Amino acid sequence: MSISFVRSELVPAKPAPVRTSGVILWAQKNLFSTWQDTLFTLIAAAFLFWSLPPIINFLLPTIFGGSAIPPGETVEACRAPGAGACWNYIAARMNFFIYGFFPVDQLWRPNLVFALGALLIVPLMIPKVPFKRTNAILFFVVFPVISFVLLNGGYFGMRQVPTEQWGGLLVTLVISMVGITGSIPLGILLALGRQSKLPIIKTLCVMFIELWRAVPLITVLFMASVMLPLFMPQGTSVDKLLRALVGVTLFSSAYLAEVIRGGLQALPRGQYEAGASLGLSYWKSMIFIILPQALKHVIPGIVNTFIALFKDTSLVSIVGIFDLLNTVQSAASDAAWGSPTQAISGYLFAGFVFWVFCFAMSRYSMYMERRLDTGHKR
Amino acid sequence: MSQPSEVTVDRVIDTSHMTVSDTDVAIEVIGMHKWYGDFHVLRDINLKVMKGERIVIAGPSGSGKSTLIRCINRLEEHQEGQIIVNGTELTADLKRIDEVRREVGMVFQHFNLFPHLTILQNLTLAPIWVRGIAKAEAEATAMHYLERVKIPEQANKYPGQLSGGQQQRVAIARSLCMQPQIMLFDEPTSALDPEMVKEVLEVMINLAEDGMTMICVTHEMGFARQVANRVIFMDQGQIIEQNEPQEFFANPQHERTKLFLSQILH
Repeated sequence: MSISFVRSELVPAKPAPVRTSGVILWAQKNLFSTWQDTLFTLIAAAFLFWSLPPIINFLLPTIFGGSAIPPGETVEACRAPGAGACWNYIAARMNFFIYGFFPVDQLWRPNLVFALGALLIVPLMIPKVPFKRTNAILFFVVFPVISFVLLNGGYFGMRQVPTEQWGGLLVTLVISMVGITGSIPLGILLALGRQSKLPIIKTLCVMFIELWRAVPLITVLFMASVMLPLFMPQGTSVDKLLRALVGVTLFSSAYLAEVIRGGLQALPRGQYEAGASLGLSYWKSMIFIILPQALKHVIPGIVNTFIALFKDTSLVSIVGIFDLLNTVQSAASDAAWGSPTQAISGYLFAGFVFWVFCFAMSRYSMYMERRLDTGHKR
Repeated sequence: MSQPSEVTVDRVIDTSHMTVSDTDVAIEVIGMHKWYGDFHVLRDINLKVMKGERIVIAGPSGSGKSTLIRCINRLEEHQEGQIIVNGTELTADLKRIDEVRREVGMVFQHFNLFPHLTILQNLTLAPIWVRGIAKAEAEATAMHYLERVKIPEQANKYPGQLSGGQQQRVAIARSLCMQPQIMLFDEPTSALDPEMVKEVLEVMINLAEDGMTMICVTHEMGFARQVANRVIFMDQGQIIEQNEPQEFFANPQHERTKLFLSQILH
């Protein structure tokens, strides 16, 4: 037999086969393709059928056929046997969960901060909106100052509200926003410092990172709130919230530094060399070539750190700061709303709020990853 | 390491601008040594490159060819001897290093384009931030060089969307945008498919025709024959032999050179 072959005519391109879709086909392929699959599908369905209805019944207000108590009802409804989640209790204590002990007649101040923050962060996060530079300066420089003035007061005839009265979601957001925006530049500097050829800078950065990573956040917060005042001269005091802010920021910057260092190490040496061979100085080549790529590579790790930071803010309750979780926890002992499901309703609410923020961060980071991808995948 | 190849360009090469200066020294290397730890990679290198020279450095892998040209723009540090580029001696002084790098372009084996920037941004980054040229002017220059390497239509794509040959041509254009006086090529065609070698060589030949001072570490012996005015053969960190290409290929003197040429030429 001869192995010689010459194609006489080229094969023209043909349309791809019609894609089969539809619920039944999908189910056949994914749920019932073998008898084992069918068995597991049936077991899973039985489990869901057994577990879901009670959960839904507990969460769904009575008007939708569940047994949860909708807002507006009295505490008596919650105390009735078989009552579900006390959404009326959550609604009634909502101000406490969001603002803590912030004076009720001054709530417009935190509300204004929330509104300003949302107004600035939304256009900042949508790539198509122009004026990014102005927007970023407004959000990262002007907004924190305005927020502090608004929340703390003492200027423009606003009465001063000490940070002990701040609380709830407000404090959770303040701590996590300060922690996140503070730890990015600090983390980048530490990561670069750890890679530096200058021995003193390198050693200092390594020591800083290793020190902060080696202690639990709770210890940091305890040290900040209990030990630190002992070493301070009599009569001087640093605000408790401020101490927690600094602790959280330094703590997460050490973690972030290691994440970013991973990104720096993933870059091929050729990128550094190409920058150098074009005459770019160290900082210019970092800013324009190395960091944009390194940070892009580690978006999942960075967001992971931020999500952890956001949830770790709940630890400040240990040093007596009333963050969201702490307000929920202390409201749970409020006898006026005492009922069997009071505590669990509060925790469900707190959990839901945390989940919303963390899930939003996660989704946004996935969106950015896809958007910043400049490889063949696009 | 890629195989030596013999790609040639079938056209008459215009030599009218290929003049070697008798007086202007571009690069001078005097008694230079370099070690990697205990390993003596470059030994007593003496090399004087006049303005307008087109030098090809050949030799087996590990002979220190790449290390030598990487010392010329201080991507590698030398420990002994002197390297003087355009009258500036390379020392640990960062200012002098940047001064030299501004005037010396380099093309790498693996292109090293910036993948997060478009082709146009790759080309304008250094002119804008190192030379301080206005963005519009830098873009006009960039488009001029993209046309010279024959890919102006790719200006707004990302490097990842280009073929290897196109990427290398962009890398050459990127160096040219800094308007360097000397170009260093570190195995510019070794990572390319045979079909793409020619398009990159064509660009390099054009550069030579314009009178650029070039040092090329390459296995393209066809390029050496057609374009170089001097071929340097290195082995074990030393310059073993150098000569005009015709003489070098026809009449090698040193045993190592003969052996090397017998292995790559048929």
